[in-house]
Amino acid sequence: MPNGPLVYRQRLVTRITHWIWAVSLFFLLLTGLQIFNAFPSLHIGLESGFDYDNAILTIGAREVDGEIRGVTQIFGAEFDTTGVLGVSDGDVRAFPSALTIPSKQSLATGRIIHFFFAWILVGTLTLWLIASALNGHLRQLIPTLADLRALPRDLADHARLRFHHSAHYNVLQKLAYASVLFLALPLMILTGLSMSPGFNAAAPWLLDLFGGRQTARTIHFLTMLALLGFFAVHMAMILLAGPLNEMRSILTGWYRTDKESHDA
Amino acid sequence: MLDRRSLLLGGAALALSGCKVFDNASNSDSTLHRLFASHEALTRTAQRALIGDRLAPEFAEADIRQGQRPNGSVDPDSAAYRQMAGNGFVDYRLTFTGLVETPLSLSLAEIAALPSRTQITRHDCVEGWSCIAKWTGTPLATVLNLAKPTLAARFAAFHCFDAIERSLAGEVLYYESIDLIDAYHPQTILAYGMNGTPLPMENGAPLRLRVERQLGYKMAKYVHTIELVDSFASLGAGRGSYWADRGYEWYAGI
Repeated sequence: MPNGPLVYRQRLVTRITHWIWAVSLFFLLLTGLQIFNAFPSLHIGLESGFDYDNAILTIGAREVDGEIRGVTQIFGAEFDTTGVLGVSDGDVRAFPSALTIPSKQSLATGRIIHFFFAWILVGTLTLWLIASALNGHLRQLIPTLADLRALPRDLADHARLRFHHSAHYNVLQKLAYASVLFLALPLMILTGLSMSPGFNAAAPWLLDLFGGRQTARTIHFLTMLALLGFFAVHMAMILLAGPLNEMRSILTGWYRTDKESHDA
Repeated sequence: MLDRRSLLLGGAALALSGCKVFDNASNSDSTLHRLFASHEALTRTAQRALIGDRLAPEFAEADIRQGQRPNGSVDPDSAAYRQMAGNGFVDYRLTFTGLVETPLSLSLAEIAALPSRTQITRHDCVEGWSCIAKWTGTPLATVLNLAKPTLAARFAAFHCFDAIERSLAGEVLYYESIDLIDAYHPQTILAYGMNGTPLPMENGAPLRLRVERQLGYKMAKYVHTIELVDSFASLGAGRGSYWADRGYEWYAGI
């Protein structure tokens, strides 16, 4: 446990936007899965192939020996996913009701909640970007040359679950947070907008950049998986690095550092 | 060190996620629903500011790789419609009514004699799929210029032959509406041809609407009457469209 001085590590704007994103992404994920359930397959190209096959993922159901089984196809390989995907609790539905909002099938409700929080995400991301450019937080997220030189050591320390508690983010933290804020979330927003027939009229070049609406939809889904991956690692790091100290810093801003901090 | 309590709390939060707490949002009279649905005005205003009268992307012949996937009604069963369809729609009339100076009643031949527009566009279903097809029809603006909407007119409502469901009160007929910005948009056409053939029945014969900057459900099929109105009050349940009455957005640009 770190037993050095308490430092003020997270500004109010950083903390507030963090929690708004946490809530927004929770709703965006579960309503996104609801929307996906209305057409549970992913395609590559301008359109969805019905008379030809351009699907890379399909979640469906099929009757096998008088029993309905959930079947998931990924790149042509088939998996029986009964109980989780395709068929769950006796219902034919791609993602189970425990993973969708609303729990029942309701595309209309899933959509309004999804777009409501999409606006909140875009709004807070813009606010955060402006505030962080002004208060210097942006610079804290961009790895320096010294950071990159320290990367092998930082990787080795993380692999040994040896965590340093300093006033500044370590290089892996910087890379992770910067990837989410500058890559994943903007990609989510832009692929989401590329699925909008209204927005397509405003920026047809964006549609071309992503290779068509159905490819954009697939990238939207894959980026969701990447964000889930980030979330899993994020949670694991909090638990491993000391959940009380980490939670205090994202709630109050104050973080207890190591007595002999390497780079404080 | 893995904190057992945190893990349990995390698990509980995850289990809660599928909970029915937010199911109340499905009830369109609930405060929660109205809060979430407020995105529609923001989305519409933002999109309109961005797109003005720009065109939806159009595609090449080579991008047409399959037939147009039909959805919703594919085979209206009203007696009047069946009889007309049996006759090759020679008795069909498209009626312009409501807030217009010159009410019209046009046969298919009269509509086809007006200048036409052909466009290869992508049809996006609210469910998530897309399909590219070639549509031929008369720009709605051309016909509106003949009917001359009055100054009070704000929306064009489309009344259709098909009933998607039956309620205790009888058949619930499909209807849609768009505002005059979309009504006068050059790609908004009354389509009677698809992929080089007369519009097939499953795709809305004899006449369907194309509103290329919105989702598929706005593009009413089997249209028989276009009514110019100043509000949604006289239409269906009052939200401006069959699907808007069922919780979907009236503005379907996203």
